[in-house]
Amino acid sequence: MGPLVTQDIIGGNWNFVLAFILGLFFGGVLEQAGFSSSRKLAGVFYGYDFVVLRVFFTAAITAMVGLLFFHYFEWIDLSLVYVNPTFWPSALTGGAIMGLGFIVGGFCPGTSVCAASIGKIDAMVFLVGIFIGISLFGFTYDWWVDFVFAGDLGRIKVYDSLGMRQGSFAFMLIAVALIAFYATRWIEKRVKKVEY
Amino acid sequence: MEENKQASKYMNPYLAGFILGLVLLASFYFTGRGLGASGAVKSVVVTTVGTVAPEFASSTLFFESGASEGESPLKSWLVFEVLGVLLGGLISGAFAGRLKLKVEHSPKISSKTRLIAAVLGGILFGIGSQFGRGCTSGAALSGMAVLSTAGFISMLAIFGTAFLFAYFMRKLWI
Repeated sequence: MGPLVTQDIIGGNWNFVLAFILGLFFGGVLEQAGFSSSRKLAGVFYGYDFVVLRVFFTAAITAMVGLLFFHYFEWIDLSLVYVNPTFWPSALTGGAIMGLGFIVGGFCPGTSVCAASIGKIDAMVFLVGIFIGISLFGFTYDWWVDFVFAGDLGRIKVYDSLGMRQGSFAFMLIAVALIAFYATRWIEKRVKKVEY
Repeated sequence: MEENKQASKYMNPYLAGFILGLVLLASFYFTGRGLGASGAVKSVVVTTVGTVAPEFASSTLFFESGASEGESPLKSWLVFEVLGVLLGGLISGAFAGRLKLKVEHSPKISSKTRLIAAVLGGILFGIGSQFGRGCTSGAALSGMAVLSTAGFISMLAIFGTAFLFAYFMRKLWI
């Protein structure tokens, strides 16, 4: 039963090999999907290309449904799977800053690595920017530390936050995705094409 | 309707999303954690500061691990994963004939404007990822897959804010 590394079914050093292999596929599929182009990524915010929404939503739902089934068949012990803790003020602020960074810079960290790998110079300087940004945060860490740890809700699940059952939430998310896939096709047809 | 020639060279987005979802699922199954990106840059930052100014680093919580005697923060899961992303992207780009050194930008702006915007965007993403405990991959995508509330807050905040500012930044893109 998974996760295999966490339970020492696979040795610790193999973890790094696995990380590299998973990264290979991660980078490969991002590039194949067109995530190595900032103008393609930005399309989602102007309605001329919704590839980000399609790939992102499909991936999240595939992994979510996969985990639920793996749990159901007892192939994975979900209590050993890392769930990022919710510190809501910090998560909200960080997300907002990242959103601004996305529309200004045209990448997110993962896609910038992917784009830099095929020679996009704008992606390389974006990576330099991330380095500077994290350094700035680090040097001023004392100012933020209280805020970063405020509003601790622990490893809370979204369906508990909303007072829903797990299955109902998963179903709702899939329905929202399908509606979004359909609606964005409709929008894309009506928005002026952008050549890039 | 005329198809965008560039776009037709890319993989079907739903297929790409499905494969990405399987990679993410494999990551959870094998290693118990999702994918990420900004954390690897943080390892580089912490290591750099720990090497350049070890005394300063050991006195601050954020950089502490960069100056400690133990294993270097560069020997971390995310660093190996991001090295994989780099090679995976390179291989895919090579097969698709997309390897080319260039600054991609809208014809309405200069390369210089694009590069300045890219650095600024990167700085913002770097800062934001530290507040958000991860970026679009680590906090939003992986968080959503495990149905964590933080994952959904991150996703909504990232895309919501980008939409909110899209109008003001339109000259950069369209």
